[in-house]
Amino acid sequence: MFQYIVRRILWGIAMLFIVSAVVFLIFYILPSADPAVLRAGRNAGPAQIAQIRHSLGLDQPVWRQYLNYMGQVFLHFNFGYSYQYNVPVRQLILNRLPATIWLTVGAVIIWLSVGLTIGIVSAIRRRSILDRTTMTGSLALISAPVFWLGLVSLYLFADDIGVWKIFPGQGAFAAASNPLQKAEAMILPWLVLAAATSAIYARYMRASMIDTMSEDYIRTARAKGLPERTVIRRHMVRSAITPIVTLIGLDVGTLLAGNAILTETVFNIPGVGRLLYNAIGVSDLTVIQGITLFGAFFIVFFNLVVDIAYAYLDPRVRYS
Amino acid sequence: MSEALLQVEDLKVRFSTEDGIVHAVDGISYSVEIGKTIGIVGESGSGKSVSSLTMLGLTRTQGADIEGRILFEGRDLVALPDSELRKIRGNDIAMIFQDPLSSLHPFYKVGAQLTEAVLTHRNVGKAAARARAVELLELVGIPDPSRRVDQFPHEFSGGMRQRVMIAMALANEPRLLIADEPTTALDVTVQAQILALLNDLQSRLGMAIIIITHDLGVVAEITDEIAVMYAGRIVERAPTDAIFSAPQHPYTWGLLKSIPRLDSPRGEELVPISGRPPSLIKRPSGCHFHPRCPYVRDEHRKIDPKLEPVPGDEGHSVACLLPAELRTRIWRGLEQGETSATLRHLVVEEAQPVRAHATPRVPEDVPE
Repeated sequence: MFQYIVRRILWGIAMLFIVSAVVFLIFYILPSADPAVLRAGRNAGPAQIAQIRHSLGLDQPVWRQYLNYMGQVFLHFNFGYSYQYNVPVRQLILNRLPATIWLTVGAVIIWLSVGLTIGIVSAIRRRSILDRTTMTGSLALISAPVFWLGLVSLYLFADDIGVWKIFPGQGAFAAASNPLQKAEAMILPWLVLAAATSAIYARYMRASMIDTMSEDYIRTARAKGLPERTVIRRHMVRSAITPIVTLIGLDVGTLLAGNAILTETVFNIPGVGRLLYNAIGVSDLTVIQGITLFGAFFIVFFNLVVDIAYAYLDPRVRYS
Repeated sequence: MSEALLQVEDLKVRFSTEDGIVHAVDGISYSVEIGKTIGIVGESGSGKSVSSLTMLGLTRTQGADIEGRILFEGRDLVALPDSELRKIRGNDIAMIFQDPLSSLHPFYKVGAQLTEAVLTHRNVGKAAARARAVELLELVGIPDPSRRVDQFPHEFSGGMRQRVMIAMALANEPRLLIADEPTTALDVTVQAQILALLNDLQSRLGMAIIIITHDLGVVAEITDEIAVMYAGRIVERAPTDAIFSAPQHPYTWGLLKSIPRLDSPRGEELVPISGRPPSLIKRPSGCHFHPRCPYVRDEHRKIDPKLEPVPGDEGHSVACLLPAELRTRIWRGLEQGETSATLRHLVVEEAQPVRAHATPRVPEDVPE
């Protein structure tokens, strides 16, 4: 088990190196625009641009640029300065991270509790009206774009523009001063962000449960004379949920990495996703690059968590 | 004759599928006496597993349509509500399955799975249940049980896993153990060990055993009686000795001729049964075995044989339309190394007595 964890951690570190090399390739070797020109602003002359190029180190050989970049990223945790705001990218991201964590954690709790419950119940009551209704509904939710769902929910329920003024609307999170207000402001974003994912999880869980049901060991559990509830809870769900853990890790990782970009934009939540959205709009390359690296870090980290959790959940993994 | 522990009476199990109704079990009757072992033999799709799963109510969830009676100690298991049947499962009647690896939950330690079986039916503490788990592992011959109780199924070898399954089945000292292909997934050497273990446990614990298998060789040593199933029915039922010494049904002959035997002449070929098991949705007319039977006569395609006692052989019954005397002659021929091709003339000539070179035959009563 210890060996396994060490192996996974080493692999995770190797992954980070590979990812950062790819990011370097994209942002330094094949940039979509000349970073020096972007940095210099609109009315800069050639001399000014050349000077900026020099100060950014872009006139150095590629290998030196690479070493420089890797040293900054891994030793100093420095992702450079935003062209737009002229502050460290690290600072920008760390400022925006709390809002994204708020959004992600709440949404994860909702989609897990709703999605898994629906998945389990529909699998057990397969082909019932409940099963058909929830599975059709989930397909609709998966198909509904987040920005559309977000706007519709604001139109219907936001306390400023809504038909029924129930929940705080756009920008409420940024304005909130205490955790209770923040949570209240998050209700609509949570629901919107969790909607499609709940639906996906419900379908995954249902399929996983149905796979598990026909396993021989479920027959054994019944043959033991266990009550059906115990068969479902202790034997079926326990097995069926294990593959879902992989999904959770990946989804949480990508959300923290700015994947909630649409939800954050629609609800005007000052999170990493919105930062990314703005940065793309003004070609703020260092910010985009920083968020990409940050995202890669989260994804590698949560993958590691998933691998360890998996070994805990499935004893067969520990020995392979 | 001792008292019947289990009595299956005209059991029918049908499943509705999109392709039609599957007649998985079609009116079988047999009984198991206390402490005896019965073998149910047949190829896959003969209904042998379905009939025993039905006994434990395990086909109910699959929407099976069940008719007939299964009397266990006087109670009809078919009519019993789920909650009552559940108290019998794993307690009075236990079951072990073909593949011990997939039949054990991969995520739980062997000890946890054993104690679960104990705690389901007994009101004892956790420590007592664990002690019982160790005791059970010891009973089934697993070395170092107090250490192995904390291991996962994948840390056991195939034979050891099946021993764990048996230990789990024995947790509550059942009076009937159903073993569904208990040795099929195991190495040959391990097969013998598991059968010996079952035999030994039976004599020590006094339980009755139903062994379900496709392999007559497996059940030869340890059963008292054998029922041969084909297409959802019992086609022959007899004490084990009689099945091997005087089998009556062409399907049983096929089974016997397809297993290797030490006492058969050297160089004798094993003969597979030709054809494939019939569809249980559209079953063959008349005798269900007729498309594969080498001794088929025209009327066999129309008349459905009943399981009837063999004249002069107590406790032996067969569902075959061939005259008893002719069956005996064919089997004698087969035993002497003749094949169905060389013996077929016995059947055909009888049906066509006009042929010139026909040797005189004793007139025979053809059953209706």
